[in-house]
Amino acid sequence: MSIDLKTIKHISKLSRISVDEKKAEKLAGDLNSIFDFIEKLNELKTDNVEPLTSVAETTLKLRSDKVKSKNLRDQVIKNSPKENEDYFVVPKVIE
Amino acid sequence: MSDITKQSLSELVENIKSKKLSSSEVTKAFVERSEKSKELNAYITEDYANAFNKAKKFDEKPNLDLKLPGIPMAVKDLFCTKDLRTTAGSKILNNFVPTYESTVTQNIWNEGAILMGKLNCDEFAMGSSNETSFFGNVQNPIDKNLVPGGSSGGSSSAVAAQLTPITIGTDTGGSIRQPASFTGTVGLKPTYGSCSRYGIVAFASSLDQAGPMAQNVKDCALLQEVISTYDEKDSTSIDFKRKDYSKELTKDIKGKKIGIPKEYRVDGMPKEIEELWKKGIEYAKDCGAEIIDISLPHTNYALPTYYIVAPAEASSNLARYDGVKYGFRAEGENLIDMYEKTRSEGFGAEVQRRIMIGTYVLSSGYYDAYYLKAQKVRKLIKNDFDDAYKKVDVILTPSTPSSAFKIGEKTNDPVSMYLNDIFTVPVNLAGLPGISIPAGHDAKGYPLGLQIIGKAFDEQNILNIAYAMEEKINFKNNINDWWIK
Repeated sequence: MSIDLKTIKHISKLSRISVDEKKAEKLAGDLNSIFDFIEKLNELKTDNVEPLTSVAETTLKLRSDKVKSKNLRDQVIKNSPKENEDYFVVPKVIE
Repeated sequence: MSDITKQSLSELVENIKSKKLSSSEVTKAFVERSEKSKELNAYITEDYANAFNKAKKFDEKPNLDLKLPGIPMAVKDLFCTKDLRTTAGSKILNNFVPTYESTVTQNIWNEGAILMGKLNCDEFAMGSSNETSFFGNVQNPIDKNLVPGGSSGGSSSAVAAQLTPITIGTDTGGSIRQPASFTGTVGLKPTYGSCSRYGIVAFASSLDQAGPMAQNVKDCALLQEVISTYDEKDSTSIDFKRKDYSKELTKDIKGKKIGIPKEYRVDGMPKEIEELWKKGIEYAKDCGAEIIDISLPHTNYALPTYYIVAPAEASSNLARYDGVKYGFRAEGENLIDMYEKTRSEGFGAEVQRRIMIGTYVLSSGYYDAYYLKAQKVRKLIKNDFDDAYKKVDVILTPSTPSSAFKIGEKTNDPVSMYLNDIFTVPVNLAGLPGISIPAGHDAKGYPLGLQIIGKAFDEQNILNIAYAMEEKINFKNNINDWWIK
């Protein structure tokens, strides 16, 4: 299989990572060698195998729906790169 | 008392309990040695002034019933520490100061230990050499310009160089055991669900697990018993009866059945590793264990499986770094532009590569071919272990396919870097506990480790076998303090 530059551009868009031409070419090379290595899985027949989603063989525990932490507003906003009073600030979204 | 930093955790605890040493004296000794060891670049953030204050407070009113009374300790910078910067080795979290504490570190402070600082690691724990850290390479105290392993490279370097008596790392595909093997130290990756993931910067949530790194097996057992607790804040934390691992530690392993998987004899494995493994088998026999040949037929498929599952989970976990809620932000013309620039400038090359792999394998049209396929193979790998454990109690393998390599040697070839984890990755995929103990040296004098893999929740058995073998191996680390001028 081969991942071309068009595919790299598409993945970079989905990943929200900007990629210039030079970086795209390097990534295409790297990803192709990694996927060559991954293709080994195709040697295995897995039609009747159940996928393993978690090794923790427990069902999620239920807990009572009670508020345990209060007034976290300041803590939540504390590490924000840009804020205005109680709000996160982002570039203008609606014209 | 001289040579405080040469003492093991158990000795330090004993000396503080018997009042031969104060916490302040011990803290001073480790801080001074850390200050003299800046060339190793083991620390990202130092917190010495606070450590001295806490040690002083401890000494004023010492609680000597605690398990880690007044013991100073530096931890991997992947654990959130309240009011102390936590970077995960990334530019994108360069200025992040958590407002809460991870459960694992909280457990440690509850037993009396004192935080000295945060240790270097690969960016978001993605790497096998600590070279992907935004904060630079870490030196292996064994030799100059040698990698300390990764991703817990700052942790392994700091324990081997005796900058901290003990530490904690995290292990997603080998990130505790491989650096332990590269530095002649002991590292335990516990069973998935044993230690809470709450407050640990997430990489691959179905694989991540915190664990202890130490100079010896006994210290490792003591720290494991402190950090392993059930935690309702982590939905995959498992509520099982945890043991006092250090109290129940025994060298009596007579009659234990140890499996030797033939598939771990990989092509191109250095002769020294093969010989080390044979020696390990002899030591285990000397301890009275029974050796049984076993097969783990899907071993060769573990790494390709891992390089689908881990990046897929990482791409999802790292979606939160958007320049809005916390961390680094690059300015952009509009919201999307801001996201794209923030993530392009904030993440390093390896992290971007893994996010892209993960996004691709989860994207429309490829999900079944890659992600679902990997989950199915993961099941086959787990079945291999389940079958093996019908016949044996533990499994003995080498920890890594080579000793530590030079800085820069593998940075241009991601696949050759990934191959480092060939013996450790299957253990994470199956959610099992594994420990690496130093077992010998190669021709260059670099340490080599052996790995003991256990059944789920059977940390006690692998610790016991490691404890018994440690005595027979009688390993000595060759560290000449080359970095201290």
